[in-house]
Amino acid sequence: MSTVAPAAPHAVHKDYEGAKLGMWLFLFTEILLFGGLFILYSAYWAKYTIDFHNSGKMLNVFIGVMNTFILLTSSMTVAISISAMQKGNRKLTMMCLAITILFGLAFLVNKYIEWSGEIGEGRYPNSAHLLKRPYGEQLFFGLYYSMTGLHGLHVIVGITVLSFMLYFVARNKITSAEYTKLENAGLYWHLVDVIWIFLLPLFYLSA
Amino acid sequence: MEHAETHGHIIPYQTFAFVWLILVALTAILVFTARVYHEALSVYAMLVITPLKAGLVFYYFMHLKYEKPFLKFLVLITLALLILFIGFIFLDLSYR
Repeated sequence: MSTVAPAAPHAVHKDYEGAKLGMWLFLFTEILLFGGLFILYSAYWAKYTIDFHNSGKMLNVFIGVMNTFILLTSSMTVAISISAMQKGNRKLTMMCLAITILFGLAFLVNKYIEWSGEIGEGRYPNSAHLLKRPYGEQLFFGLYYSMTGLHGLHVIVGITVLSFMLYFVARNKITSAEYTKLENAGLYWHLVDVIWIFLLPLFYLSA
Repeated sequence: MEHAETHGHIIPYQTFAFVWLILVALTAILVFTARVYHEALSVYAMLVITPLKAGLVFYYFMHLKYEKPFLKFLVLITLALLILFIGFIFLDLSYR
């Protein structure tokens, strides 16, 4: 400790700022990916406002709001897990990560119940029932399945990434001195939450 | 040491709990206005509350408040670009 030069040759160079910046750049591409779909939604909403309004009424608002609550809470627990890691509280970090993963799974179970209900009512792309409905309603449900479906895929990826983080914390690969992976995984999960914040009013509250 | 310098600030748990409470309250207001008052109010509530909620998540949950100005600037540019695109779409639609 006493005689080590500032830049010892064996020291591994870690660029925390660069890692975080890289993660944010990836998040920007995600924002623009969903942004493109939001633009598509806006354009069709402007053209078929009444149809979109009527379609929104058919969706299950209760499940939509419950899933919002689930994602907001899971966003808080993942944020707490990072503060806990910074303070060196491994137990709390692991507990919060496990809760976040469970919330993510609960979100998917709700999504399954919700989609099953919609499909049971005959509202899915190209269904005989939907093809008889006004064109705007067909577009609404097309956008509904593609946007919430793409978001659902992100939830699955997020759960997978967070499960790896839980494993890394358990194996001491993430510590209070080196937790950049955990921070970046957290950033991803928060973005998944932010996207849902926008999906809620667009689909469920548009009625 | 080096870590303390590069790995910023530790946000207290209470801050996260408080931000979560605000987010839940804003969601409740949003759902209430959408369900109870159907017309203009709910649209304005949506346009104000939704970006506000996203902003809170970015600023506190995603630590943006404690990041360097450069990163804040990049986020701003990205969002401004997206808003500009959406603005152009509506400009185009309204002159058809």
